Amino acid sequence: MSAEEASAGTEVSVVGKEEGEEQQVVNPWEVSAGKGGIDYDKLVDQFGCQRLDDALVARVERLTARPPHCFLRRGLFFAHRDLNEILDLYERGERFYLYTGRGPSSEALHLGHLIPFMFTKYLQDAFKVPLVIQLTDDEKFLWKNLTVEESKRLARENAKDIIACGFDVERTFIFSDFNYVGGAFYENMVKVARCVTYNKVVGIFGFSPEDHIGKISFPPVQAVPSFPSSFPHLFSGNDQLRCLIPCAIDQDPYFRMTRDVAPRIGYQKPSLIESRFFPALQGENTKMSASDPNSAIYVTDSVKEIKTKVNKYAFSGGQDSIELHRKLGANLDVDVPIKYLNFFLEDDNELEHIKKEYKEGRMLTGEVKQRLVTVLSELVARHQRARAQVTEEMVDAFMAVRPLPNMFG
Amino acid sequence: MGYTKDQLLARLQELNIDFSCYDHPVVLTVEEQVKYVGHLGGALSKNLLLKDKKHRLYVVSALAGTKDDMKLLSQRLGLGKGGLRMAPEENLLEVLQVPLGCVTPFALINESARYRGMLYMFTSKQICYFHPLTNNVTIALSSSNLDKFLMSIGKQSAYVDLEASPDVGKDNPPDLADLVPSGVPNSSVPVENVTPTNVPGQNDMPKEKTRLPDVKAKPKVQNKCAEKTRSKIPTNGTNVEKFVNDVFDIMSPLFLSEVSKKLNVKQEELSSILDGFRERAAPDLESVTMSLKNASYTARFEAGFETMLNLGLNGRSPRK
Repeated sequence: MSAEEASAGTEVSVVGKEEGEEQQVVNPWEVSAGKGGIDYDKLVDQFGCQRLDDALVARVERLTARPPHCFLRRGLFFAHRDLNEILDLYERGERFYLYTGRGPSSEALHLGHLIPFMFTKYLQDAFKVPLVIQLTDDEKFLWKNLTVEESKRLARENAKDIIACGFDVERTFIFSDFNYVGGAFYENMVKVARCVTYNKVVGIFGFSPEDHIGKISFPPVQAVPSFPSSFPHLFSGNDQLRCLIPCAIDQDPYFRMTRDVAPRIGYQKPSLIESRFFPALQGENTKMSASDPNSAIYVTDSVKEIKTKVNKYAFSGGQDSIELHRKLGANLDVDVPIKYLNFFLEDDNELEHIKKEYKEGRMLTGEVKQRLVTVLSELVARHQRARAQVTEEMVDAFMAVRPLPNMFG
Repeated sequence: MGYTKDQLLARLQELNIDFSCYDHPVVLTVEEQVKYVGHLGGALSKNLLLKDKKHRLYVVSALAGTKDDMKLLSQRLGLGKGGLRMAPEENLLEVLQVPLGCVTPFALINESARYRGMLYMFTSKQICYFHPLTNNVTIALSSSNLDKFLMSIGKQSAYVDLEASPDVGKDNPPDLADLVPSGVPNSSVPVENVTPTNVPGQNDMPKEKTRLPDVKAKPKVQNKCAEKTRSKIPTNGTNVEKFVNDVFDIMSPLFLSEVSKKLNVKQEELSSILDGFRERAAPDLESVTMSLKNASYTARFEAGFETMLNLGLNGRSPRK
């Protein structure tokens, strides 16, 4: 058993097992850190995935003949499983497809939600491969207090923001579970389900005997888009086509399970490329939540709202007074504007310059925040303009079960 | 890493491409090569790697007896009289990854050759001899098999009559100008699916005159599973990045020349500003273009759906 297989059965979501020490909890439904924030090294060890090193990033750059995405350069997508295999096969001229998704729990999307989609768009453009996007409206129905109609409606609304990220309709299939599950997709779900015991799924996801059976039987739904035979209208005859899944690292348990099962049902294991978590405005240890609009920048925010939120609520690592700041400089480890710039400021040189000046006290918090407001405003404006162009018919087109003849073009 | 001869030959076999293979001592010129394979009756090729002022590369395979007239070729490509010259040795080694004396269309299989603005031109229709990435072997294959190989690596290529000497001037625009790879070197070369205007009687004897006035470009080979009902949509007609690059390529020279004239500033000084401007404008431009593309696809999709519902298959005129 490889280290990876071993940790597939490991309990990774038990809290407080050891006396006095708070464990970090990372699974698809709960992310909470011990003191000092998430320990990503520990997480990577625990999950058994690999870190994405500079050599791999350079390889991606070489193979795609374009500069690697900001998120790769800055280490935001920092872990992977078998990415090198995908790159090997791509180099040989073989194909693969992308799979990502969203649980449509709210109408309002914030920047953190957009991150995996922005990165996936880059992957689609760089490698010129097709993409399937799963909207898990059934999951939200099962986990939240929503009606079926509301879940379906939210899925469609979220689809519009996803489309606004700039996906290519000739290469992208968006589907919602309530609409699409059935046929070959369902056959694969049942095949996966037969390979995972109750004990195992409890161990991976932390279910308890009080959880209803809907939750317990959900995981195969998120697993099977990794298998091309789930999409006979797209990939028929190509059962062994490989899949690359960009996602946040809290989704890893689904795909550990999937990778464990895949060879047993005659399919290829999906590869993963995983990101860190996006910090809330008020600081790394706080949560972004829909009930607190000041915890995040939403894609519907106006320039004024962005300015207010950043100036008032973004947690600063600067000192309390200008004199102290000039003397001691800023603490970049906790400064949220710097973290946000790390994600969204394209120019590497400018970012380095800002970090240096800020750390050594020559640049003030106000200036850093001002730069951030400009960057975020541009981003949000671009998104809003694209979003305004998305019609109901366009959503229908993206979600139609149709062939994609140019998907590898 | 560059392909080896054996990897290349294995790949040709995988693609069901017939070829005959002859070993001989290392040869660096066509004259030497003739000594070993000239008796076999096929046509020896003379292969050149040329470079233009914008660092785009051209691999030209001509029949061994053809006169090289680089000046004329350069004019025909719309590059002016001195626009083409022999590419330096480093390009041979770095981009094509073949040794001196070994320029060959097969080098286009290398990934390093894949992303440069590269055009391959060939001028014969029968069996021809090439080096398969190494100077001590010659392989012979028919031009249709060469086509097959080029299609498999998705390379743009063109059949050009290198014997023709059209008068390129005001009344006769450069006849090969639209073969020149567009965009900056480093973009992968997308391929147009132009319907070839075929001229009959092309299987001439291997003499100097090869009349091939038409230009044929090859479509990229799609994934097997997409083979079934292939509609012939040009694969780069809907490419957003290419469109945005084309827009900049149209606007930049105009802007540069007008502004430099008006403000009496050198074009070179302006072009770095323009590059920065291009980088900053690209994301927004790509975003609006993608919106347009998606909207237009949606409208076409709706129309197709309605047609199918109301008229069924009768809604479409027969394709044959």
